[in-house]
Amino acid sequence: MAVTRFGAALALGLMLLAGCSPLGPSESGYNDPYESTNRAWFDNNLALVEAITPGDGAQSAEPPAQPGPVRRMVANFGANLGLPSVILNDLLQIRPDRAAENTVRLVINTTVGLGGLFDPATRAGVYGRRTDFGETMYRWGAAEGPYMVLPVIGPTTQRDAFGRIVDIAINPLRYALAPDEASYATAARLAGRVAEAGAYSELLDANVIDTADPYAQARLLYLQTRRYHLGSDAEEDFIDPYADF
Amino acid sequence: MTHTPISDPTRRALLAGFAAAAALPLIPTPARALSQGEASQLIGEVMAEVQGIINSGGSESQMIARFENLFSRYADVPVIARSALGPPARAATPAQLSAFTDAFRSYLARKYGRQFRSFIGASTQVEGARQVQTVIEVRSTMLMRGEAPFTVLWHVSDRSGRPLFVNIIIDGVNVLAAERQEIGTLLERRGGNIDAMIEDLRRAG
Repeated sequence: MAVTRFGAALALGLMLLAGCSPLGPSESGYNDPYESTNRAWFDNNLALVEAITPGDGAQSAEPPAQPGPVRRMVANFGANLGLPSVILNDLLQIRPDRAAENTVRLVINTTVGLGGLFDPATRAGVYGRRTDFGETMYRWGAAEGPYMVLPVIGPTTQRDAFGRIVDIAINPLRYALAPDEASYATAARLAGRVAEAGAYSELLDANVIDTADPYAQARLLYLQTRRYHLGSDAEEDFIDPYADF
Repeated sequence: MTHTPISDPTRRALLAGFAAAAALPLIPTPARALSQGEASQLIGEVMAEVQGIINSGGSESQMIARFENLFSRYADVPVIARSALGPPARAATPAQLSAFTDAFRSYLARKYGRQFRSFIGASTQVEGARQVQTVIEVRSTMLMRGEAPFTVLWHVSDRSGRPLFVNIIIDGVNVLAAERQEIGTLLERRGGNIDAMIEDLRRAG
C-alpha cells in the first residue's frame, strides 16, 4: 500500500503548496520551452493515431458516419469506469453539486446502462462534467506550467501531466477492485479513450492534421479548450478585428 | 430548459414588425449602439440558415457555396480576413487584400462548412448576450442527441454599419485565433509573399 501513502502525501503536500489563492492564474498565449522535443513526440503520436483510426485521407462526399454502436459502447464503458476518479476530484475541488451529478450518472449508467455499456444518463439530460487532478490543482492555485506533448497521451501542460500521475495513484478503483480487475479497468478506460478519439477523427483532420502547421494548431486548440473548461481563459484572448483600423 | 428549433416564425415576424415600426417615426433618431437583442436576433437567423443548409440534403459543393454566401451576408469577412492576415495587411495592396479576402472566404466555407455537416439534427438555441469589450457576445448552445451540449459564442459588431459577426468561439476554440495561426504559417512558408500565400490558400481547407 505504498502507493496509497504516496498518493495521500502528495495530495496533502499539494494542498499545502496551493496556499491561499482560490484559483490558478489566468493564462494566455503559450509557454513552450520544450518545443523541439514536443514536436518529435507530436509527430510520433500522429503516426500512431493514423494507424489506429480509420483515416480515409480523401474527403468523403457522404456526411460523416455516426460512431458505430460497438465503438460507442467501448467509449461509454471506459468513461463510466473513470467516474469514481472524477467524483473524487469533484470532492477535492469542493464542488458537491458536480460530485452529486456525476454520482447520479455513475449509478444510472452502471445499473440501467448495463454496467456502463450504455449512457442513459446523458439521454436523460444528466450530462455530468469530467474533471481530473489537473483541474483540482488549478482550483488550488497551481500555475499551468509549460506546454508538453507526451508519448501516446498527447498535448498537456506540466500541471496536467502531474495531475495524471496523481490520478493514477488516487484512483478509487485501485482500492475497490482486486489488482487484476483494476488492470482490466485501466485497459478498458484506455480502449474507451481510443474509441472516443476515433469518433472525433473528422474534426481532428480538419482542424489539426490538414493545417499548415499541425503542431501549432494542436497547441492552440489544446490550450484554448483546456483553459475554457477550467474557466481560466483570460480576456486578453479577446480579438478586436477592427482594432487595426 | 427546452431546446426549440431556432427558426421561430412568430418571434421573427414580431421582430420584423418592430423593425418596421422603428423606421416609421419622422423624428431623427440619434445614432444608437447595437443592442444585445439585435445581436441575438442576427445569430438566431444565422443558426437557422446553417441548419437549413446542412439539412437540405444538397451535395457538398452546393452546401459549401451556400456557406460562402452566408458568410458574405452575416459576417464582416473583409475585416476578419484583414485581422487573420495581421500586420502584413498594412503592406498589402488593395488588390492583394481583395484577392485574399475572396480566397479566405472560400477557404472558411470549405473548412468549416464540411465540419458543420456533423451537426445534422442538432438543436441550437440562443441563451443570451453580453457586452465584451467592443463587441456583443451572443451565447448559444448546440445540443446533439446522446451527447452533452456545448457552447458557441458569437462576437457581433456593427462597426461596419450593420450588425455582422466577426468571430466564433466554439467550445473554447477561438476561430480567428486559429486562422491567424494558419495564415501566419502559410505566409511564413512563402517567405512573406502574399500572392504565393493566396495561391496556397485557394487549395487549402
